[in-house]
Amino acid sequence: MSTYADPYASSRETTEGTVFSVTGGDWDSLVTEIGQAKEERVVVNMGPQHPSTHGVLRLVLELEGETVTEVRCGIGYLHTGIEKNIEYRNWTQGTTFVTRMDYLAPLFNETAYCLAVEKLLGITDDVTERASAIRVMMMEFNRISSHMVALGTGALELGALSPMIFCFREREKVLDIFELVSGLRMNMAYVRPGGVAQDLPEGAVAKILATVADLRKSFKDNEKLLVGNSIWMKRTEGIGYLDLAGATTLGITGPVIRSTGLPLDLRKLQPYSGYENYEFDVVTADTCDVYGRFLIRINELEQSLRIIEQAAKKLQATQGQPVMVADKKIAWPSQLSIGADGMGNSLNHIREIMGSSMESLIHHFKLVTEGFRVPAGQVYAAVESPRGELAAHIVSDGGTRPYRVHFREPSFNNLQATSAMSEGGMVADIIGAVASIDPVMGGVDR
Amino acid sequence: MTLDNKGADHGMFGTHGTGDTSGYGGLVHIAAGAGSSQRPFGGYFDQVADDLERAYPDFNDAIERVVVDRNELTLHIKRERLVEVARTLRDKLKFEMCMGVSGVHYPTDAGRELHAVYPLLSITNNQRIRLEVSVSDSDPHIPSLVEVWAGNNWHERETFDMFGIIFDGHPGLTRILMPDDWQGHPQRKDYDLGGIAVEYKGATTPPPSERRSYK
Repeated sequence: MSTYADPYASSRETTEGTVFSVTGGDWDSLVTEIGQAKEERVVVNMGPQHPSTHGVLRLVLELEGETVTEVRCGIGYLHTGIEKNIEYRNWTQGTTFVTRMDYLAPLFNETAYCLAVEKLLGITDDVTERASAIRVMMMEFNRISSHMVALGTGALELGALSPMIFCFREREKVLDIFELVSGLRMNMAYVRPGGVAQDLPEGAVAKILATVADLRKSFKDNEKLLVGNSIWMKRTEGIGYLDLAGATTLGITGPVIRSTGLPLDLRKLQPYSGYENYEFDVVTADTCDVYGRFLIRINELEQSLRIIEQAAKKLQATQGQPVMVADKKIAWPSQLSIGADGMGNSLNHIREIMGSSMESLIHHFKLVTEGFRVPAGQVYAAVESPRGELAAHIVSDGGTRPYRVHFREPSFNNLQATSAMSEGGMVADIIGAVASIDPVMGGVDR
Repeated sequence: MTLDNKGADHGMFGTHGTGDTSGYGGLVHIAAGAGSSQRPFGGYFDQVADDLERAYPDFNDAIERVVVDRNELTLHIKRERLVEVARTLRDKLKFEMCMGVSGVHYPTDAGRELHAVYPLLSITNNQRIRLEVSVSDSDPHIPSLVEVWAGNNWHERETFDMFGIIFDGHPGLTRILMPDDWQGHPQRKDYDLGGIAVEYKGATTPPPSERRSYK
């Protein structure tokens, strides 16, 4: 035991033996102390500030040499109380909050939320075909940008630097599309209850198709970096093993359960936003490991491109049709348009309500300040996000504000698999396992 | 479904009995449905109810009411029967997955203030149903479902953290999102959102919980 009080490495007695806490600084004194202890069990705190833990994830590891005997996750470092905050805003403002949950998949959060609100309002079938096609197109682009981060940072965390550079380059192209369509690159609040915030700008479909062709070519180059790469395969094959039984009981969805061979994809099973009208394949693997999940993400990129092409056709066919429900008691009254400083109120709309129609002004004022009412009840609406089943459980008490909004976050749920995937393996393989789950801490902690 | 357990009334006046807030619409009054649904439930819900009744003979005693609303089936279950019913649903009716727990706090629903909502998914039959258990503020105990669906572990910890519902039999029911030494359960309706007023160019905006709101 230490003979002096060390400000950086204190120790205390517990029922389970001596516990050493290192808070930085004097590593030597800790090593001396541990050397005197009879037990060889070492508990290492990895994160929350660690370059390989995918954000502010804290992993508490119990090690025997390089072997992991126990892993526990510590989360909550990015908890922002979004679910609580929504209860103090009106229904439309909710999209602005939920889009910030899983910040790599904002359009999925918005769509899940809006599908739930529409279900509560009973206007699911009134959402126009064009609005749904725009949602699908945006979500699939979002899936690509999210997978780009998953693949890029996943490779980076395992020591492969180049894929990150290329993946982020492709992601930029997708973000350019988001900027073109919504005015924003992240956290767009573009999908709104009843439709989307605004129609596509002129020339958008041509730009979308050009980007699809560009991405398709770049993805082929990307694939060559890692698929079949023997170093990459040595780091990922047989690592982070989780079979179907384990995945099912843990409620795992998304690429992780598809890597066990089960084609669980809500776009096929329980289609929403018209996914039943698109042709695409559900990508699976049967290796249950990190490499399988990696291959699934790689191959899903092409499926997303296929869907975007079909959505673009629908967008061409529905040119000029509305992107918001016809009911003016629900549709956000403000006509948005993109100006030099981003998305904002349309000047034409301001001119009309201020200059020519008192009723329009009152209507606008009431709907924006008070919001619309949603009939009481509860619903659960799920979408297939890049990480699995993302669902919104929303309760309304019939008022102008949500009574309760809960998000079933796939990152939150899937992170539970860390222990099952990593215990018994090597320390370095935890990184691969966590990267293959692809948790986004903004979504985990909300 | 009527929310007979509607939250506490706060806020300013507003138009009532209609979804219209503008005062100009003359919209049709939306009548809320009854608190409990009668057969036929429609869709696969009758099938699920029949199968459950066959597999679990105490159905009528365990299920307090069945609600079908917006094409979703909710089974309100007595808490002491929850684990048995859940296991039957998993093993006999092929509801392989539980998608978590969502708590809801209804402070005015005396004796049943806290609700826990479990969305279930059957991959085999491509079906979804929902279980709902309600307990009182003074006795907020619900048996844990971690034994049945291991993935409920973190979800139950979150619901405990946010609502103070105690899941008996949970392997380690501790706070998960809030710090360990946090006081109170933030998602409860009696827990204030907090926040401070913000001044900008002489005008002061109150915190969200103190702004004007409408019923």
